[in-house]
Amino acid sequence: MSRARLFIPVALFMVLASFLYLGFTLRDPHDLPSALIHKPFPDFDLPVLGKPGERASLADLVGERRLVNVWATWCPTCLAEHAELGRIAEETGISLVGINYKDDPHAASRWLTRHGDPYDFNIVDVTGDFGVELGVYGAPETFLLDADGIIRYKRVGDVNEGIWREELQPAMAALGPPP
Amino acid sequence: MIVEIGHFAVVAALVVALALGVVGHVSAVNGTWRSLAATLASCQLLLLACGFAVLVRAFFVSDFSVAYVAENSNILLPWYYRVSATWGAHEGSFLLWTLIMAVWTWAVSLGCSRLPDEIFGRVLGTMGLLNFGFVLFLLATSSPFERLLPGVPAEGADLNPLLQDFGLIVHPPLLYTGYVGFAVAFSFAIAALVSGRLDAAWARWSRPWTNVAWAFLTVGIALGSWWAYYELGWGGWWFWDPVENASFMPWLAGTALLHSLAVTEKRGAFKSWTALLAIAAFSLSLLGAFIVRSGVLTSVHAFAVDPERGLFVLALLALAVGGALTVYALRAPTITSRARYGGFSRELLLLVNNAILVVALAFVLHGTLYPLAHEAITGGEKTSVGAPYFNRGFVPLMCVLACFLALAPVARWKRTPLAILGNAGLMCAAALCLGLALPLVLGGAFKLGAAVAVALGLWIMFVHGADMWRRRDSATRGYLGMTLAHVGFAVSLIGIGATSEFSREVDARMAVGDSVSLNGVTYRFAALRRIEGPNYIAEQAEFITDGGVHLYPEKRRYPVREQVMTEAGIAAGFVRDLYIALGSPLPDGSWGVRIQDKPMVRWIWLGALMMAFGGVLAVMDPRYRRLNARARSRRERQNAGGLAAAGGARGYPPPAK
Repeated sequence: MSRARLFIPVALFMVLASFLYLGFTLRDPHDLPSALIHKPFPDFDLPVLGKPGERASLADLVGERRLVNVWATWCPTCLAEHAELGRIAEETGISLVGINYKDDPHAASRWLTRHGDPYDFNIVDVTGDFGVELGVYGAPETFLLDADGIIRYKRVGDVNEGIWREELQPAMAALGPPP
Repeated sequence: MIVEIGHFAVVAALVVALALGVVGHVSAVNGTWRSLAATLASCQLLLLACGFAVLVRAFFVSDFSVAYVAENSNILLPWYYRVSATWGAHEGSFLLWTLIMAVWTWAVSLGCSRLPDEIFGRVLGTMGLLNFGFVLFLLATSSPFERLLPGVPAEGADLNPLLQDFGLIVHPPLLYTGYVGFAVAFSFAIAALVSGRLDAAWARWSRPWTNVAWAFLTVGIALGSWWAYYELGWGGWWFWDPVENASFMPWLAGTALLHSLAVTEKRGAFKSWTALLAIAAFSLSLLGAFIVRSGVLTSVHAFAVDPERGLFVLALLALAVGGALTVYALRAPTITSRARYGGFSRELLLLVNNAILVVALAFVLHGTLYPLAHEAITGGEKTSVGAPYFNRGFVPLMCVLACFLALAPVARWKRTPLAILGNAGLMCAAALCLGLALPLVLGGAFKLGAAVAVALGLWIMFVHGADMWRRRDSATRGYLGMTLAHVGFAVSLIGIGATSEFSREVDARMAVGDSVSLNGVTYRFAALRRIEGPNYIAEQAEFITDGGVHLYPEKRRYPVREQVMTEAGIAAGFVRDLYIALGSPLPDGSWGVRIQDKPMVRWIWLGALMMAFGGVLAVMDPRYRRLNARARSRRERQNAGGLAAAGGARGYPPPAK
């Protein structure tokens, strides 16, 4: 075995470390990805959870402020943030729309029965294709849309009380009083 | 004032750790500072224990002038959660990490007092340098001793209710003991590489430490899984969450290392490979720390995000791992060992074991880091990897691993007489029949996954059981440990197969008095009452089954954080768990209820415990004590000026340098 081959592990590690560095410095993982902010929410044509045959599109989101939450039953963090989302929807009256992401729709319906359903309706993205268009990196993610369907705020990770107080509430306040 | 003393103790520990790093490596050369290195290891432990005790005290007396206490505790919190809240968030848990590192360093300084100077000094020196990096990180970016002065809050923000649980009290300390324990194997590998003594004796010195660290990690992971099962409230036990993977990858590397060390000890083979695995196991622990503490991947476990911290951990990771791998590249022997083996032999089985575990590790690593790499390459485009990816690759790999594992006790070093294998083949046929029949008879349906899991699990048990019976008079603790760990693997395998394939669940809307049947058991919603805990208010339901089992699921509300928690009602059993979780109250006064029947789910954790006990049992093998005595006599000869060759394993010639 030649000495040069023994350098393979350290070379591999350097590649890995540079990916970690790039992945880490490219953006703050909980920050807004600049590509999406202040851009229109992408159009879609997807089934509605629990309503066989019914489909939704961007037109169903426009006209009202929306909090769009990407969630799945396989995602423990989604469960952790569920109560907080429900509280926000209840207290502010903002319309909460779910995107059930890479999930089993039956399991999703049961999950909502169990944990409560604060969503106005849920869009089903079984394949995750729409998630790719949205730049979803993992569940949960939450988007704040204004009445024109423009993304005004994006949260990667759970919405908790601190995020509500320090980020989401100011972002909603910045939209002005509801129309 | 007491808090400042703790802070000061940790600063002093930083200096001591650096001194240990220098003194250790110098003593490896001159041999005279040996006892000083041991003293410094004790000092380091004492100082960090003092710092940690101060922080625990601050939590215990609810000293909210300490910012970390104010953020993670509350007067209403029961005392045991106040104490465990010490390691409930980033700062305190990292202080615990450094303390555990100091405990391991101290244990090495005691337990390895008979090693040659060269190895002893370099192991302690390397561990000292590592802990210097850790303590520096703690003090520079995440000191838990910061004060909130003036403006001490009257009340703390409370501990996250998810973490107010017995699982949190024990899970992190055990997990960290495992993570950090791999630093010992790592340091032994560095010491052996630097001093050019990568031989069977080195493997024998490393083995007990590796086994103990691995056993702790095994229990830590199992506890984490058990905690997720009952605390997250929906009956899952493994989610392939990035942080779970972060703990699982060192475990896979550590498991490969245990087996590779066996070959290096007994046959002098795989030396460079073993050293590489020893470096990898601890490096993956550090990678896990980076993933968890930098917030680079989103997870339920992720601590508060702070870019400065992430960069610091990344720099630490690059220095420690990059440095170790460079030492490896420069010092690992380029001559392959003389040990020969042919055909079907124990060496071959262990080689296959290592290959499968490393492929599984690469697979998990790829799935965990893929979103990051993808984003780095595409410049910001995001993607995610879910459980289906992991299951698709990991499950078949483990089934193949189980096939080879079943043959472990009958295989011999060098070459196995084929006649021995005949019995194993017969047992394989028997296990296959039972594997097909048992799930069908007991579960009432044919499920491929359960059939495969039961067949493989039984085969492993049969072969190991028969071999143990054959050796009943001559079994060593090392052998018994291996058998117990392997049977534990089989037990987990059967549990996973049965739970995955035969779990049943029903979601129902129930009011008090309603009944629901699931899998032949009728559950009656008997009562609903409001109870008050120390820091929460709960609706507690009482369910009674027709078998007379009572279950008490709860819906808890923690007013301080305004968080709602689902506390599952579980009737645990060896054969099956009955599991009830309350959903939300519905307007008509009824409740959404999910009832689950989870057969053999306990076997998963039982098997993990057996594996861990097996690992510890093997350490108690008397041959490790004999080794100490031999090493001492060798050192005495060395100190007297004699040149002793590095010892090969008993009965074999010393391996080639």
